[in-house]
Amino acid sequence: MEEMQPKLLDLIPNERGWGVTANDREMVIGGGFGVREEKKLELRLGLPGEEDWNANRKKTEGLCANVKPSFSLGLFGAPQTKQEAGLVTGEAQKIQAKADKQTSIVERKAIAHAATPPAATPLPSNSRAANAPVVGWPPVRSFRRNLASTSKTVLKPQKWASGTCAKFENSTKGLFVKINMDGVPIGRKIDLKAYDSYDKLSSAVDQLFRGLLADQRSEIGTEKNVEEKGRAIQGLLDGSGEYTLVYEDDEGDKMLVGDVPWEMFVSTAKRLRVLKSSDLSASTLRTTSRKRAATEC
Amino acid sequence: MKVQSAMFYFPEEVIEHIFSFLTHHPDRNTVSTVCKAWYKIERLSRREVFVGNCYAIRPDRAAARFPGLRSLTLKGKPHFADFDLVPPDWGGLAGPWIEAMARSCPNLEELRMKRMVVSDESLELLVHAFPNFKALVLVSCEGFSTDGLAAVARSCKSLRELDLQENEIEDRGPRWLNSFPDMCTSLVSLNFACLKGEVNLKSLERLVCRSPNLKCLRLNRAVPVETLAKIMNQCPNLEDLGTGSLLADQFSEAYVSLISALQKCKKLRCLSGFWDASPLCLLAVYPICANLTGLNLSYAPTVQGQDFINLIQHCVKLLRLWVLDSVGDKGLAVVASACKELQELRVFPSDLFAAGPATVTEEGLVAISTGCPKLNSLLYFCHSMTNSALITVSKNCPNFTRFRLCILEPRKPDPATNEPLDEGFGAVVKTCKNLRRFSISGLLTDQVFYYIGKYAKALEMLSIAFAGDTDQGMTYVLNGCKNLRKLEIRDCPFGDGALLADVTKYETMRSLWMSSCDISLRGCKALATKMPSLNVEIINEWEAEMEENLNNGVAEVISNNNNKHINNGNDERKVEKLYVYRTVGGPRTDAPDFVWTL
Repeated sequence: MEEMQPKLLDLIPNERGWGVTANDREMVIGGGFGVREEKKLELRLGLPGEEDWNANRKKTEGLCANVKPSFSLGLFGAPQTKQEAGLVTGEAQKIQAKADKQTSIVERKAIAHAATPPAATPLPSNSRAANAPVVGWPPVRSFRRNLASTSKTVLKPQKWASGTCAKFENSTKGLFVKINMDGVPIGRKIDLKAYDSYDKLSSAVDQLFRGLLADQRSEIGTEKNVEEKGRAIQGLLDGSGEYTLVYEDDEGDKMLVGDVPWEMFVSTAKRLRVLKSSDLSASTLRTTSRKRAATEC
Repeated sequence: MKVQSAMFYFPEEVIEHIFSFLTHHPDRNTVSTVCKAWYKIERLSRREVFVGNCYAIRPDRAAARFPGLRSLTLKGKPHFADFDLVPPDWGGLAGPWIEAMARSCPNLEELRMKRMVVSDESLELLVHAFPNFKALVLVSCEGFSTDGLAAVARSCKSLRELDLQENEIEDRGPRWLNSFPDMCTSLVSLNFACLKGEVNLKSLERLVCRSPNLKCLRLNRAVPVETLAKIMNQCPNLEDLGTGSLLADQFSEAYVSLISALQKCKKLRCLSGFWDASPLCLLAVYPICANLTGLNLSYAPTVQGQDFINLIQHCVKLLRLWVLDSVGDKGLAVVASACKELQELRVFPSDLFAAGPATVTEEGLVAISTGCPKLNSLLYFCHSMTNSALITVSKNCPNFTRFRLCILEPRKPDPATNEPLDEGFGAVVKTCKNLRRFSISGLLTDQVFYYIGKYAKALEMLSIAFAGDTDQGMTYVLNGCKNLRKLEIRDCPFGDGALLADVTKYETMRSLWMSSCDISLRGCKALATKMPSLNVEIINEWEAEMEENLNNGVAEVISNNNNKHINNGNDERKVEKLYVYRTVGGPRTDAPDFVWTL
């Protein structure tokens, strides 16, 4: 899946992460890049101070320099931290367990000894990576955070025209919605604010799922591996392709993407799906929200 | 025995009268548990209720118990929701509370809510259900728009206070200000500083003109200097002012007018706003600085360097100061020399992401502690901190009740010694016997928790991030801090052992938050099983697994959508976010999909 990584980096504005949690694969979710545990990526958005992990890695702060924390990815914590911390302290715990058995009073030295991994390492010389954003850090209220990013600009007077849609003021925030594709078990998230037209959205969806879909197919065992990879997903908007893009609006209705003005779409779309065009008429009739399904049962 | 029977007979009215002197709600809670008679008297005479966790009790039950309620304070989402760690749609809905109050407590006059989701419809209901409604205070809330504000403005016959602090309000236009009826003259406090959009300036001026009792007025950024000057001329009795945009041409009439208007405001004690403040506009403020007790410059990155120094050196009576770290250690040194009465200081980070030169460091904090011994409340964001600085600070200021230090780089050690900051924070808890709120950062081992558990006996709220080594750290805190009410932890290596070390402790606390720690579903389930009086909620997006299972037809759709995922066998999965709180209300009925109550 290595070749996928650069594509995602290119596509996902501000390097928003996406997440997969599976039993044997561990992905980093949140303001970082997807990594596999077994692959020590140089691009790991590890926390500074995680010296065991950072020691042999170049600090590629350039990738992080303009990243803003992913506000709407508040869903995800920073599991890479937890895993890293867990691995670092795994040893510490073993030492600690022994120390506990020996003494009832915890000696400061014992603790310090157990804590050697974090403490012994030198200060990261590259403090720029140190300020690479972690979700929800520093602990500043969203309100103030948003102001920090817009404070340099003087508020321009807006002409209030009746009849225009309500504009969302937080132009600096992303608007992430989930997007799932038929045949791909792993959902993604996509930032609607990053696009200003349906064409761009369609092309982004294509990029997002193209590789995944090809992998799905090749896993199933077709022989056309090489050609399958990178086959574009086209015709999402006009029904002409194998797949069609639909969305769920704030009333839970399934709608075809492309019917309403872009602004209205952005403000009402809650979730996206890439459906097989052949399934379209059947699926549009079916209630889609899981909540409904749950309450009906 | 006559004496005894005389003592048993005690008129209810007398008891009620005695209770009326009890305003502190924990005291009232205590007397209500003495006996049935006292319970009844107390509940009927209770005028103010504080609900620290809106899910700790069902709204209906609270409303029914206190029919005479006049003032309700509610808090919703966990504190870490402020930092985007709680997904949207998590909950904290105000609607059920307002509806319950509407049914049972017609005398409601004041509603204060923090971190709750309020809809426009709820606001409509609010103003129509309570004829005496007087004060609405919303802090860090969301879910409503300026239409809701219009409803409040329109319908409240005698609205005294409309205080909106740092809410996310959808802007549907400036007309809401017009909705205050002409006969509304009762306003004492109006704060709409967090509104991002335009405001109808003429309406604002007219409103201020007809509000002779106005003491507190906080404008938003869209209000220009011209309007501010006009307003100030109308309210010479203003005590608390939040300016709009302070961008002005020095030769403009507006600026001149502002200067003279401000000089007339002899009662002005608290200033905030300062959006886009030009150095010239700051000059206008100098004449009133000497009487200021509160100053908030934290939205004004333009006020720094010499401008800040020139301003602050006049503020000799200042009690509360909020600034950005762009004022630097130098600026803080001037604060220390000028503001001898300072009690509360907050220094916010001005630039969250770029690594410019360090702006405030331990030096600034030491200077403040040296010059301002009365300091009792601190929130300080900095790039680095040393143990010796913290030890000095705690010696200089033993009166801290709130101490929150955030070193911007997680796990950063003391740069002078390369050691953890255990000793520094330890010194704070050892010296400050009245410490109620504590937030720690930097490189920290279990040792700091040992100190906290041992010394921080008055501690009520503790926030921990990227700290500790083993379960022992959290266990120290749970065992030692007798008065702990809220514990929030993120990115620490505490696991099931710590979580389950003292499960009955959580019944004595309001809530526990743990995110990105090392706890598993097994541990959380164990907690839920042992402590039925707690709601053990996990927030997880094990979406991929759900999709996979659906596609493979593995999981059946059991009655509760959640059960499918909780009980599909793998209890070793790590729990990303855990929120535990005591409740008499049972599991939430409004929990979204991603919140699973075990």
